[in-house]
Amino acid sequence: MKFWDKNKRLICNLCFILLLFAVLVIIQYTAPSTSMWFSVIRKVCTFSLAAVAMNLLNGFTGLFSLGQAGFMLLGAYAYSIFTISSDMRTTVFRNYGDSVVTFCLPMVLALIIAGLVAAFFAFLIGLPVLRLKSDYLAIATLGFAEIVRGIVQLTQFGPVTNGPDPINNFTSPKNILVYAAIAGICISIIILLINSTYGRALKAIRDDEIAAEAMGINLAKHKQISFVISSFFCGIAGAMFAMCNSAVSAVSFTSAMTYQILLVVVIGGIGSISGSIIAAFIYYASSEWWLKFLDLETVTKTGTKIPLLGPGFRMVVFSVLIMIVVLFFRKGIMGTKEISVYDGIIKIKNLLCGKKEGAK
Amino acid sequence: MNIMPYLIRGLATGGQFALVAIGYTMVYGILKLINFAHGDLFMVSGMLLIYLVADFPTMPIYFSILIMIVITVVIGYLIEKCAYSPLRQAPRMSVMISAIGVSYLLQNLVAYLTGGISKQFPELPFLSENIRLFGVKDKISVFLSPILAILLTVALVFVINKTKFGMSMRAVSRDFETSQLMGIKINWVISVTFAIGAFLAAAGSLLYFSKNTGINHLAGSTPGIKAFIAAVVGGIGSVPGAVVGALIIGVVESLARAFDLADFADVISFALLIIILVVKPTGLFGEQVREKV
Repeated sequence: MKFWDKNKRLICNLCFILLLFAVLVIIQYTAPSTSMWFSVIRKVCTFSLAAVAMNLLNGFTGLFSLGQAGFMLLGAYAYSIFTISSDMRTTVFRNYGDSVVTFCLPMVLALIIAGLVAAFFAFLIGLPVLRLKSDYLAIATLGFAEIVRGIVQLTQFGPVTNGPDPINNFTSPKNILVYAAIAGICISIIILLINSTYGRALKAIRDDEIAAEAMGINLAKHKQISFVISSFFCGIAGAMFAMCNSAVSAVSFTSAMTYQILLVVVIGGIGSISGSIIAAFIYYASSEWWLKFLDLETVTKTGTKIPLLGPGFRMVVFSVLIMIVVLFFRKGIMGTKEISVYDGIIKIKNLLCGKKEGAK
Repeated sequence: MNIMPYLIRGLATGGQFALVAIGYTMVYGILKLINFAHGDLFMVSGMLLIYLVADFPTMPIYFSILIMIVITVVIGYLIEKCAYSPLRQAPRMSVMISAIGVSYLLQNLVAYLTGGISKQFPELPFLSENIRLFGVKDKISVFLSPILAILLTVALVFVINKTKFGMSMRAVSRDFETSQLMGIKINWVISVTFAIGAFLAAAGSLLYFSKNTGINHLAGSTPGIKAFIAAVVGGIGSVPGAVVGALIIGVVESLARAFDLADFADVISFALLIIILVVKPTGLFGEQVREKV
C-alpha cells in the first residue's frame, strides 16, 4: 500500500496518458481517411512539443527568447536533408547538381541529428546573447532566427540546403501515432528535467536571478543548459513540422510562427506543461477545423446571405479571441498549475459524496 | 561604378525607417514596451489612403492625406487605450504579448478587408513626380525623405527638450510613479506619445509607399522590423539615436545592393543588430541603466 500512496499521482497520470494514446489508436484505425482529425493531430503534436520547449525557456527559466522559428528551421532542414530518399535526390537538387549528403538515414537517427544541429547553433549563439536582459534577448534571438532564414535561402548554399527551392520527397510518415510517440517521449524528457535539481535551479533563476546566484547557482551555465535543451526540442519539433507538410521551405519559418507558438504558450499558461498541450490542441483544432465555417460564404434557407462571413474572417475572429485571452485571462487556461488526474478524481468524489475538502 | 544613386536611395529608405523608428523608440522610452504593432500601423495608414482615394475620387488629395493622418493617429491612440493601458500594472512580458496580439489582429483584419490581395498605392501629386538631382533620376519622395525625417526629428527634439510637455515626457520615462506623484497626468502623456508615433508613421508611410507602391497586409512587417533594428542600433529610448540608426541601416543595405550582395542585405542588418547588442547593448546613443537589487 505504501507504494500506492507514494506514487498514486504518477500512476493515475500514466493511466490517463495511456487512455489518450488508446483514443489516438482508435482514431487512427477507425476514422475515415478524409477526417480532419489526422491533419489536426499531426499539427497539435508538432506544436505542443514546440510550445513545451518554449515554455521551458520562457515559463520555467524566465528567458524571453523569440528564436524558436530559427531553431525549428534548422531542425527541419537537417531532418529533411538526411532522410531524402536516394533515388529522388538528384531530382530534388536538380538546380545544384547533387546534394552534399549522399546517404539516407533512418527516421529516428535523423530526428536526433535535427535536434543536435539546432542545439549546436543554440550553443554558439547562446554564448554572447544570453548575457542580455529580457527585451534585448528577445530582439537578439528574433534577429538570429531571421538571419538563419536569410542564409539558408542563399544560392551559395544550394548543394546543402537547395537554396530558395523547397526540399521534398523525404521520409514523412502519415500515421498520427508516430507523431504522438515522438512528442510524448520528448515532452516526458522535458518534464523529467523540470522536476530534477536542474529544473529547480531554473525556476530559482526565473523567480530571482540575484537570489539564485547567491544560493550558488551558476547563472551562465544553467541559462545555457536551458537554452540548448529548449532548442534541441525545437529542432525536433521543426523536423516534425517538416514531416507534417512533407516539404520544407524556409519561407514558412517566419517570426509569425514564433508568435504563434508564443500565443499557444500564453493561452495555456506560462509555466504549465499540460496547459501548453491543451492550448496547442484548442488553438490548432479551432483555427484549422472548428472555425473553418467562418471562411465560407453561407446562405441561409430563406436566401439571405449571412453578413461578414467570407475568406479571412476566421483569422479576424481568432485574433480577437486571442486579444481577449491576453487582456482579461492573463493567467491562461492553467496558470502555473499542472493537470493531476488523481486530485481531479478526489475532487469529483468529494463533490458527489457532498464532503467538504479537508473534512477527512 | 557610380555609388551615388545607391547612397541617395539608402538615405531615403533610412529617412523613411527613421520616421517609424521614432515611434518605437519613444514608446520604449516611456513604457519599456516593444510596440510590435507599430509596423502594422504603418501598413494600415498606407492602406487607408488607398481606400480614401478610391472611394472618394472627387475629394482633393491633400484632404485625403489629412484624413488618413487623423485616422492613423486615432488608431494609434485606440491601440494604446484598449490593448496597453489595461495592462499598466502587469508584468512587461504580458504587455509585449498584447502588442504581438494587436499586430496579429491588424494584419488579419486588413487581410480580411482586402481579400489578401496586394493594392496599388495612388500617385501623389508632388511626391511621385520624377526629378533629376546629383545625376540621379528618381521620385521626389526619395530626395525628400531624409530631409523631412531630419526636420521632423529636430522639431521633436525641440519639443522634448524645451517645452513643458516634453519635460513631463522625460519625467515619465525616467520614473513612472514619482512623476505621477508630482502631478503629471501620465495617461495623457502616454496617449500623446502614441499619437506622435502614429503621426510620424503616417508621414513615413506616405514617403515609403510612394516609392514601393504595392501594399498587402504583410507590407508593414519588414519596414517595422528594420525600423526597430534601427531604434536598437541607435540606442532605444533616444530620438536622435533612432534617426542615426535608421540612416545607417538604410545606407548599409543600399550599399550591399551596390556591391551585388542584395541577398545578404537582410542578413547584414540583423548581424549588425546582434553585434551592437553584444558589444554595446544600450546602442550608440543609449543611456546605461544600472539594475537595482
